[in-house]
Amino acid sequence: MHWYWIDRITVFESQKRAEAVKAVTLAEDHLHDHFKFAPLMPGSLIIEGIAQTAGLLLYEAKGYKEKVVLAKIPRFTFYEVDVVPGEVLTYKVQLETFREAGGVASVRAYRNNKLLAEGELMFAHLGQAFSDQSLFADGDMLDMMRLFRVFEVGVATDGTKLLDPGCSKPKEEP
Amino acid sequence: MPSKEEIFEGVKNALVEALAVDDDEVTPKSTLVGDLGAESIDLLDIVFRLEKAFEIKIERGELVPDDIVNDTEEKYVKDNKLTALGLAEIKKRMPFADLSSFEANPMVQNLSTILTVRDMCYIVEQKLNPQP
Repeated sequence: MHWYWIDRITVFESQKRAEAVKAVTLAEDHLHDHFKFAPLMPGSLIIEGIAQTAGLLLYEAKGYKEKVVLAKIPRFTFYEVDVVPGEVLTYKVQLETFREAGGVASVRAYRNNKLLAEGELMFAHLGQAFSDQSLFADGDMLDMMRLFRVFEVGVATDGTKLLDPGCSKPKEEP
Repeated sequence: MPSKEEIFEGVKNALVEALAVDDDEVTPKSTLVGDLGAESIDLLDIVFRLEKAFEIKIERGELVPDDIVNDTEEKYVKDNKLTALGLAEIKKRMPFADLSSFEANPMVQNLSTILTVRDMCYIVEQKLNPQP
């Protein structure tokens, strides 16, 4: 099972903000257990999708060098919880703090442009102390960025296109 | 430069938000872990909030020197206890902390439990107005 809880990142401004979409569908196995004949998108997985969006923003901000994990949810409020298959959610995250040890993002989720939930997420960098404990492999987060098509929409801090660090820069015209 | 009272208020607000405790639970003598229920990850949250509230930078390891705590060469830590050298280094690096009770049984995992609200205020004061 792949632990992806967004489908695509649509806005990605380095060190600032990102937006992602999540289409809820009956093809997702978990919805048949939550709940049988009354599928409902779990709030915890909405938070996970938002955390993936913000985590990648932080990962890029630290130069793709530090693995990032959701460390704490200091504040989070759901205004509505009845998200069902066929609906599309939009997650918007703003990086408030990023430091050597981690960062904080203020986050919102919308359904049909209406605020569904909002809060604050705190992330920690795993750092060298955990380098031998494979929660996930080194390239996983970069692969997620490619899968979510970040490099199609990403903007670097200087306003230029965000380049995939795994690809060589395009040759300049002579 | 904010007054001592203003610094205490700022620290209190950060702790109330990070630890979901009531205002009146936060006194200068309260310990973050024992009295206010902070866990290790909360210390990072508190640092972020203090940095934002006071526009300061608190570097990694300033609250609890992690290079000493995580020493694996038995220079500062042996059998999970701080060595005499480790204790001396901690006193130097954590001048704000009251180590009197910790010294009797210097188990390394207990070091973060001695931090108090007063210690946080001291760290903020030092950042805003460094004293030699």
